[in-house]
Amino acid sequence: MNQPASAYFLEERRDPTEAHTLSVLVQNEPGVLARVIGLFSGRGYNIESLTVSETESQKHLSRITIVTTGTPMVIEQIKHQLDRMVPVYRVVDMTLTGRSMERELAMVKVRGGGDNRVEALRLADAFRARVIDATTESFVFEITGNTGKINQFIDLMRPLGLVEVSRTGVAAIGRGPEGM
Amino acid sequence: MTDKSHDPNQMTGAAMIVRALIDHGVQHLFGYPGGAVLPIYDEIFQQSEVEHILVRHEQGAGHAAEGYARSTGKPGVVLVTSGPGATNMVTPLTDALMDSIPLVCITGQVPTHLIGNDAFQECDTVGITRPCTKHNWLVRDVNDLAKVLHEAFYVATTGRPGPVVVDVPKDVQFATGTYHPPRKSDVHVSYTPRVKGDAAQIRKAVALLAGAKRPVIYSGGGVINSGREASKLLRELVEVTGFPITSTLMGLGAYPATGKNWLGMLGMHGTYESNMAMHDCDVMLCVGARFDDRITGRTDAFSPGSKKIHIDIDPSSINKNIHVDVPIIGDCANVLGDLLQVFKAEAKKPDIKAWWQEIAVWRARNSLAYKKSNEVILPQYAIERLFDATRGRDTYITTEVGQHQMWAAQFFGFEEPHRWMTSGGLGTMGYGLPSALGVQVAHRDSLVIDIAGDASVQMTMQEMSTAVQYELPIKIFILNNQYMGMVRQWQQLLHGNRLSHSYSEAMPDFVKMAEAYGAVGFQVFKPADLDGAIQDMIKVKRPVLFDCRVATLENCFPMIPSGKAHNEMLLPAEATDEATAAAFAGGKALV
Repeated sequence: MNQPASAYFLEERRDPTEAHTLSVLVQNEPGVLARVIGLFSGRGYNIESLTVSETESQKHLSRITIVTTGTPMVIEQIKHQLDRMVPVYRVVDMTLTGRSMERELAMVKVRGGGDNRVEALRLADAFRARVIDATTESFVFEITGNTGKINQFIDLMRPLGLVEVSRTGVAAIGRGPEGM
Repeated sequence: MTDKSHDPNQMTGAAMIVRALIDHGVQHLFGYPGGAVLPIYDEIFQQSEVEHILVRHEQGAGHAAEGYARSTGKPGVVLVTSGPGATNMVTPLTDALMDSIPLVCITGQVPTHLIGNDAFQECDTVGITRPCTKHNWLVRDVNDLAKVLHEAFYVATTGRPGPVVVDVPKDVQFATGTYHPPRKSDVHVSYTPRVKGDAAQIRKAVALLAGAKRPVIYSGGGVINSGREASKLLRELVEVTGFPITSTLMGLGAYPATGKNWLGMLGMHGTYESNMAMHDCDVMLCVGARFDDRITGRTDAFSPGSKKIHIDIDPSSINKNIHVDVPIIGDCANVLGDLLQVFKAEAKKPDIKAWWQEIAVWRARNSLAYKKSNEVILPQYAIERLFDATRGRDTYITTEVGQHQMWAAQFFGFEEPHRWMTSGGLGTMGYGLPSALGVQVAHRDSLVIDIAGDASVQMTMQEMSTAVQYELPIKIFILNNQYMGMVRQWQQLLHGNRLSHSYSEAMPDFVKMAEAYGAVGFQVFKPADLDGAIQDMIKVKRPVLFDCRVATLENCFPMIPSGKAHNEMLLPAEATDEATAAAFAGGKALV
């Protein structure tokens, strides 16, 4: 195949990509999130989901959970690139450990009446979603679960009058007694 | 209770900066004043321990600090003002990041209460420099300043070295706080570069090396950065194993060019024997290099039959471009020391006579050959003569970027590390002249030569004024072909010889230019006049611009064409128009 004339070697990479969930423990200081995000945008990595909050305020530690996709070589790169940043303590690939749980929370607003309203309530019950706001023509449901479950719930709400969704993104933690 | 006014550690932020420089052994500082750093300049005025070198443009300060760092192994230090001062530093910071050069850059910032207000000469310095530094800090409280400055020096110089920026608002420079000397707790606990290599991995590496039939050592800039000990150990390893060794552009000098196992530089414009050895080897030992795209050529055809060992201090360099079999994370000197110890205790020098015979056949192709002329100076010839004239002298070479840089790498032999300063990763035209300044500041009595191109050198020419002011007798040896030679070469090879904007139609008179600056100018057209002029240049104890008029259309070979593997090099003898056209994908007729 002819490639365009270039000073660079143009190669198409067709390795299959994988989704990985990374937990990153960082010093909570100004700019640390910008550093992490800048790394992803600067090097062309994907961010599917990003969740960040201070987890140990006395030690000024924040935990960033990133869901990313890439070839195994790229995922390896991402972890090393994160790990070498000065304010980063640890990077754990939750997908590789195989012993992690992932949850996100979504708030789902549905508007409608009649059978649709009844059906929405019935489905919410089946998914263990709670009603956190209601008017005579709408509900706001709160649902937690893994990404797949939430996607499924949202898909079901769509024909019943889905108005909007607010999601937290994924938080992950390992099973068992050990910390990260 | 002590009276705070008599506490010697109570001082202004500006004084802390100068004090920290002194505490870190800084003797020279490159910079340019401006509104947001005036308090620091006021402190510099009132002391004599740190000498400040005033450049003509902040980019010059950055590259000078890089040359200083590269030639001494110490960090280069830069002081610039806010806004344009900081943005002008972006190029040298990126350059230093790509080539792992330790720089500490202190920038002034508008007062804290004006940050975010679009104040005069304000820019988001930490935001702009975040992707081009190893780390950076904005200091909002004078009592954090000492800790941050000490951490900055530590981060810049340890692990994989790199540039750091400390942004200090003007009110913090004026404010008084408590200084403390460097201490261990100044550094993030999360920052822990690994220095010592894993023993089990080192054993695996030794087993591979001991069983090798067609080995090659491929070393890089990491060996230089690791310090003189690493180069010493690398030489010992070559001696003990008898293996052939090649090096990247950044690694030249770690192993001497006169060493009997030296194959020459590898990569796009490397020697045929080094690239063929890389391609056909069965065991590759990569020391402090990063499998850059100028080195590997086409990655899916890169050294297909070899087991690869990779020593690097930065885990993110491992498996980035090329999958390796035995990664060893650690400092080159540390790992080479351990590896040598194990090799000497457990392995014998493998018999690789047959491999050396193969290499001899490749070497006989004489891939650096060029056609000499009595009429015009060939650029390769000019560098050979320059090299010859400087043999046995205490010489440092810097370069700009382009054809002349590759010819310098091919034809100038380096015997020692820290003697060769070039912009490898970023490829910054205009690097060489200010870099030479920095080298000369650190080595006042040495011969410092910038092998330059006529296009590159005009990018930072203003620093000749700095050279004259500080009596820095740098020699700017310009291979003047009146083209942006490397751009033109690619246009000839890849873009149908349409020479779009690669010819400088208005070339300055470099001799008059030198004189205008108060420097000395030379101009040579004929090969017969070259040696004498070079001798005169070396004798002059002032800055020199040497306008060496060379063959205008000479191109740089050998060359790995784009999309090709190491064993598909284009050699100069074979680089006819037809062969060249055929070698390039979608080849177009060349004129």
